[in-house]
Amino acid sequence: MTVQEAYEKMGGDYEDCMSRLRTDDRIKRFLQRVADDQSFNNLCENLKAHNMEEAFRAAHTLKGVSSNLSITRLCKSATAITEVLRGKTEYSAEFEPYLAVVKQDYELTIECIKSID
Amino acid sequence: MATEKKSILIVDDSELNRALLSDMLYDDFNIIEAENGMEAIAILKERELEISLMLLDIVMPQMDGFDVLAMMNNKGWINNIPVIMISAETGSAYIDRAYDLGAVDYISRPFDERTVKHRVMSNFMLALKQREMSDLLVEQIYQRERDNKIMIEILSHIVEFRNGESGLHILHVSTFTEMILKHLVLITDRYKLSQADIKMIVNASALHDVGKMSVPDEILNKPGRFTPEEFEIMKRHTVEGEKMLAAIPARRNEPIVKVSAEICRWHHERWDGRGYPDGLKGDAIPISAQVVALADVYDALTSKRCYKDGFPHEKAIEMIQNGECGAFNPLILQCLGDLQAELKEALHNNSPTETFDSGARDNVEHMLKASGSDVSNRTIQLLEHERMKFRFFASLSREVMFEYVASPEMIVLTDFSAEYLELPEKIPNPAESDFASRVFNKDDFNHLMTKIKASTPESPIVEGKYLMTIRGEQKWNKVIVQALWSDTENPVLEGALGKCLDITEETEELQQLENLADKDQITNLLNARAAKHKISNLLAAPNDYLYAMVFFDLDNLKRANDDYGHLFGNKLIKTIADRMIANTRTSDICARFGGDEFVIFMRYKDEHQIDRIFHALTEEDLDGFPVRVSMGIALSNECDGDYDTLLHMADQAAYAVKKTTKNAYKFYNALTEAEKKLTQ
Repeated sequence: MTVQEAYEKMGGDYEDCMSRLRTDDRIKRFLQRVADDQSFNNLCENLKAHNMEEAFRAAHTLKGVSSNLSITRLCKSATAITEVLRGKTEYSAEFEPYLAVVKQDYELTIECIKSID
Repeated sequence: MATEKKSILIVDDSELNRALLSDMLYDDFNIIEAENGMEAIAILKERELEISLMLLDIVMPQMDGFDVLAMMNNKGWINNIPVIMISAETGSAYIDRAYDLGAVDYISRPFDERTVKHRVMSNFMLALKQREMSDLLVEQIYQRERDNKIMIEILSHIVEFRNGESGLHILHVSTFTEMILKHLVLITDRYKLSQADIKMIVNASALHDVGKMSVPDEILNKPGRFTPEEFEIMKRHTVEGEKMLAAIPARRNEPIVKVSAEICRWHHERWDGRGYPDGLKGDAIPISAQVVALADVYDALTSKRCYKDGFPHEKAIEMIQNGECGAFNPLILQCLGDLQAELKEALHNNSPTETFDSGARDNVEHMLKASGSDVSNRTIQLLEHERMKFRFFASLSREVMFEYVASPEMIVLTDFSAEYLELPEKIPNPAESDFASRVFNKDDFNHLMTKIKASTPESPIVEGKYLMTIRGEQKWNKVIVQALWSDTENPVLEGALGKCLDITEETEELQQLENLADKDQITNLLNARAAKHKISNLLAAPNDYLYAMVFFDLDNLKRANDDYGHLFGNKLIKTIADRMIANTRTSDICARFGGDEFVIFMRYKDEHQIDRIFHALTEEDLDGFPVRVSMGIALSNECDGDYDTLLHMADQAAYAVKKTTKNAYKFYNALTEAEKKLTQ
C-alpha cells in the first residue's frame, strides 16, 4: 500500500500532511514512529488505574501526534477525549465510550501504517 | 553570523514531536532536547549561554511550560533566550498567558515545516541583531567614556606642565580620592554618596588645581619661600579655578561642573576653620573637597618638588596624623590609617594609561550590569572551556560527585557518577529519590542537607561520614560539600557541590586498631581503659537499670608464679578469663585491670547471680592448683553514676575479703564502718 492509500484508508488528510511535512519520505518515517508511540497505551492504562492527570496528558499527546501527521479521524476522537478529560480529577464511566472510539480509530491507524510498503 | 551552528532547545514530552521538529531544523541548528520542564531547567542552568532559542510545549509532566517560563523569568534567562511556544493548546487564554510570561511567538500544531523554519529563523535573527546592537552600544559607551577621561587628563596635565611637576600628581590625587571615598562609605553613613557620586568626585578631582593657570610662572615655579604677597597670589588659585568653571556658560549646572567648582574653591580649607579662601569649618566644607584636600597633601608630601625631596610613605602618614600638615575630618584620618598598606602600594604602582583605561572599563562594566544586558561570545567560550575542564577532571577522578540545585530542587550527577551509581544524571525532588533513600539512607541525607543549609557564606564547607550503598556494597564515605551562597546582601542558598570519598578501608583499619588497643594482651578481655569507657557510658545512659560492679583479684597468683613459673601464672590468668566469659552474657563487660585484678560489670538481679559466678570461677582447681579469688561487689544505685566511686567501693569490699577470710565475696553495702576505712 502506498502512503497516500494508507491515508485514505485510515481517514487521514494526505494533502494537508504533504503540504506541511514536504516529503513522502519524512511522512513515512514519522508514521512508523506513530506506530511506536506509547501515548495510546498510556491513555488506556492510566484511565484504568484512574490516574486522571496522566490520562489527560496521554490523550493530549495522542492528539498532538495525530494532528501533526494529519491523521484526521484519530485526531478527532483524541481531541474529543482530551476535552472530556480536561480538568477531571475523578474517574467516571462516561469516559469509556470516548475511549472505545479512540481505540477503534487507533487500531485502524496502526493497521494501515503497518501495511505501507 | 558565525560558521558553527547555534543551539536550539526543544522541550516537549512527546518524543515524536521533538523528532519532527528536529527533523525540520537540524540543517540549520544544533538540536538539544528535553522531555519535561525539569530537564529543560537543568539544561538551561548548565548551558544557558549556548542556547540561542527555545521551543517550549505547555502540557508536560514534572514542570509544565508555564512553570518553565516562570523560572526563566525568575533567573533572568528570559531576557537572553527567545522562547517560542509549541502546543496543541490554541485557547487564547493559554497563548496570552505565555506571551505575558515573556514568550516571543507561538507555533500551533500541526507543525508546518515552512512555518516552523520561518518563525524559528526570524526570531533567532532578531535576537542575534539585538545582541549585535548591544555589543555595538557597549563599544560606543566605552569609547565615549575613554574620550572623556582623556580630555580631562589632557587638561589637568597642562596645569602640571606649567607647574613643572611629574604629571603623576593628578593621577595620584584621583586614585587616593577614590580609595578614601570608597572606604569612607564603608565606615560611616554620614555622607550620602552613591557609587556614581564617588565616580564623579574622582573625575572632578583631576581639575582641583586648574586655577593655577592664572598664577604667574615666576611665582608658580619659584624655588624658595613665598613672600606674603606672593603667597596671597598663590592662594587665589582656588577662587580662580572656581571662576573658570563657573564661566562655562551652558554647562555650569551640570553636576560634574558643580562638583569640580567646589573642589577647586575649597580644597585648601581646614577642618578647624583656619584654611582659605573662606575659612569654612567642619562639614561646612563639602566632603568632595575634604577628601581631595587630604589626597593632595598626602601626594605633595610623598613626591619630590622643586623646593623639597619626597618623604617616605610612613613619615607622610605620621605627619598628617600629627596635624603637622593641616587639620582634617577625623573620619577621613581614620580612612588614611585603615588604608595605609593599600595607599603605599598605589603610590608605587600607578602608571597613567593603565589607570585611566581600567577606570573606563569599570564604568562600562558597571553600566552593563545595571542594564542587565547580555554577555559576549568570548564569555560563552570561556564558560564552555570551564565546563569541559570540569567534566574532564571529574571523569578522571572516578569519584562520586554531585551538584545540589536549590531551585528547582534537584541533584545533578557527573556523567561518571550517574553511570557508576546507576542513576539518572538529573534527579528532581532529591529528598524522595533513590539517591537519598538508596545510596544514602533518608536520615543521613536529611542530616547532610540540614548541615548544608546551616552553613554560612563565610564557612560554606561541610563534611560528614556516612555509610552509603554503592553498587550493592556498604561503604563508608566521607562526603565533602561546598555550599553555594548568593553574593547578595541577604545571602540565599543557591546550591552546593559535593564529593563522596570512599573511606571504608581507612575506617576498617582504624576500627581494628581501636579494637586492638582495647584488649588485654594475655586474656583478650577488655583492658582497664576500654572498660572504664564502656562502663561510664552505661552508667550515664538514661535508664533505670541496676548494675553490679564486681571486682576481684587472685589470692594466690604470686605463689603460682613462684612455685610453677610465669607460664603457669599466665595459664591461671587465662583460665580465670575463660571462666569469666563462659559464665557471663555477651552484654556484660569482662575486663582485666592488669596483674591479678579483674572486673565484671553487669545488670544485677540478686545475690544468687553473684554466688553462682563466684563458684564458677573458683570451684575447679587448675592442674591440682587451687583457684582462689577475693571478690567485692558494689551496686550502681550507691554511686550516683560515677565510675571511679563505684570501682573504689567494689575494690574496698574485695580488700575487706582479702584482709579476712580470703576466697569469698562481700557486698560493699554489707561492710562495717571499720572495713570501709581499710585502705591498701
